[in-house]
Amino acid sequence: MDSNRRDFLKILAGAGLGSLPTGWPGGALADVTSLPGYPNQYGVLVDTTVCIGCRRCEWACKEANKLPNQQSLKEYEKDQGAFRTIRRTHADTFTVVNRFDNPRDSAKPIYVKKQCMHCYEPGCASSCFVKAFTKRPEGAVTYDASLCVGCRYCMAACPFDIPAYQYDNAFTPEVTKCNFCFEKIRQQGGVPACAAICPVETMTFGKRTDLIDLAHKKIRDNPGRYVNHVYGEGEVGGTSWLYLSGVPFNMIGFRTDLGTVPIPTYSKPFLSLVSPVFIVIPALAMGVYSFKKRRDQLAEDEVRKALEKKEKK
Amino acid sequence: MNGATTASEFRPSWVQEKLFLGMTWKDYLRSNYTPFNAVAAFILAIGIPVIMYRLIYGLGPSTNLSDNNPWGIWIGFDMLCGVALAAGGFVIGTAVHLFGMKDYNFLFRPAVLTGFLGYLFAIIALTFDLGRYYRIPYPMVVSWGVNSVLFLVAWHVALYLGCQFVEWCPAIWEWLNLKKLRRFFIKATLGATIFGVCLSMLHQSALGSIFLLMPEKLHPLWYSEYIPLWFFMSAIVGGLAMTIIESMASHRIFAHQIKNHDPDLLDRVTLGLGKATSVTLFAYFFMKIIGIAHGNSWAYLDTGYGYWYLVEILGFVLLPAFAMMYAVQNGLAGMVRSWAIVVVLGIILNRVNHSIIAFNWHLPWADRYVPHWMEVVLTVTVVTIGILTFRWIMNRMPILYEHPDFEPEQH
Repeated sequence: MDSNRRDFLKILAGAGLGSLPTGWPGGALADVTSLPGYPNQYGVLVDTTVCIGCRRCEWACKEANKLPNQQSLKEYEKDQGAFRTIRRTHADTFTVVNRFDNPRDSAKPIYVKKQCMHCYEPGCASSCFVKAFTKRPEGAVTYDASLCVGCRYCMAACPFDIPAYQYDNAFTPEVTKCNFCFEKIRQQGGVPACAAICPVETMTFGKRTDLIDLAHKKIRDNPGRYVNHVYGEGEVGGTSWLYLSGVPFNMIGFRTDLGTVPIPTYSKPFLSLVSPVFIVIPALAMGVYSFKKRRDQLAEDEVRKALEKKEKK
Repeated sequence: MNGATTASEFRPSWVQEKLFLGMTWKDYLRSNYTPFNAVAAFILAIGIPVIMYRLIYGLGPSTNLSDNNPWGIWIGFDMLCGVALAAGGFVIGTAVHLFGMKDYNFLFRPAVLTGFLGYLFAIIALTFDLGRYYRIPYPMVVSWGVNSVLFLVAWHVALYLGCQFVEWCPAIWEWLNLKKLRRFFIKATLGATIFGVCLSMLHQSALGSIFLLMPEKLHPLWYSEYIPLWFFMSAIVGGLAMTIIESMASHRIFAHQIKNHDPDLLDRVTLGLGKATSVTLFAYFFMKIIGIAHGNSWAYLDTGYGYWYLVEILGFVLLPAFAMMYAVQNGLAGMVRSWAIVVVLGIILNRVNHSIIAFNWHLPWADRYVPHWMEVVLTVTVVTIGILTFRWIMNRMPILYEHPDFEPEQH
């Protein structure tokens, strides 16, 4: 059904809108949900039991993406005030480290880095009506500001509350989010800025399939250190970024009620109704209309006949 | 004013006849000094600077939108309510042109005009919500996000605006006395109606389907696979109720335009619309209950959000359904009209619940959205401009009455 609709739209695009800019990127109309994960995509495994909360990754992220309100690296390491509240991503911050109490050892709080999870089947991409988001074979979910109209549906559709908006930019606001340092990782040996700077190797960058194996091996080899769950392995259909934790994930700011259904799947049944409606309803409507016309015609004839009879008499 | 002799010699020019209601510029200006216009002018005096402020300084200073709450009342009220309550054109069009219910024919033009302006001003309000409003044609001409429900909404709302224009524009051609154009568009009415039915079914339900992607943010009492059906059914209810209210208001306000006004006919038709509203409300109520059963969300009913849900579903759906039924059985057209207002409030409540009150229900209160005063003022301004446009057209074009120079429509 959906591939039919896509072909139909392609034909429409070719036939009706000749003025469309040529040179569409290959597969621009490709179906997001027909990508059951690129086999060679990269990922990052975040071991929250290792993180020391130095916030160097935050600094490196701002540096790599040339984000505003940058401070010196020392400032980041010194500033413990940032941990007083639980923060989320913002227009000038693609990643944040939050601090949570450790129920096992109150002297050792748990630090959790937060950024785009780079879903297999991203809700943002399926929400976008101009296809500004792309799931790359490398795993990154990238955003093209040159297409964005600013409807902010992606922000509402993201189950992890990641995309932010430049509300204070009056004329050219953009959606902002981590892009997995796409330009770096698409090159041989490239590593995301946050993972490269981490002094304690909280983050392991690699092929996602390898990272899944590594995560489970870590859980197996260190009984008692981790809860037996790799967050992101199945959540909303799987994400490129994966997490390990020593305490249940809902205690360190993760939503554990998201399920394993990819977000785009929820709107599929409705979207597949589109073509049937355009085929069935006009047929039914014309049928009703013809019945009505015929009924009126018969009634008219009846009246005319009755009148003629009267006149003859 | 200058006596009968001058009045008979006074020959209005084209501009005076078409735009100034046959008056001179001075008289026309003077005729506009009314309390209603004073209120409207007051709203515009505040509202238009607010619109300019929004366009110059951006969404940040003019709204309370945030990263957690990307959508406010410009989506939840202006867009969702505007489109749902503008469904009258589609409902009456189907009844008159497809089902051949000729009694309702005189409601068709006002209903389609209300629908057309409802959509038009919902889109205008939406423009202010878009971060880069000047890119509004992008989903049509630059990049197609065919997997997005919003893509469907954008296309269908735009196409449907065209359909409603086709259905309604014979009034313009009659006003401008362009016979050939009128004949052409009257022939196109049936096609536009059928196309409009398809488009309406899909985009009304698609406006609800937008929320299908947010199972983790919308309260389970409002989230369901049945959202598309709920939105479609409640849009029919909204269209019917708005037609009841609009026909009452315009037959009162513009009564002087209708030469052989038949109050009994209006009452009869109002009762018919009330019956349809009642039946649809009952069906909608049962679909809502089935949604809860399907999602097994009964336990949520005994919570704060549950009580709020019950207010919506009992007070603004079931109660009006019974009240309308009672009014229809006893032939109380006035009662149908009063309850139609309750029904419309219920539709607004439902849309605002979906988009604002039950949305992000998991967040602490401090992170929740409350509209900025400028958001409210901008909304009121857009609605006011809509009403002024409606009145401007009603005063000039044959909407409520049949133009004496033209034959009745046939297709």
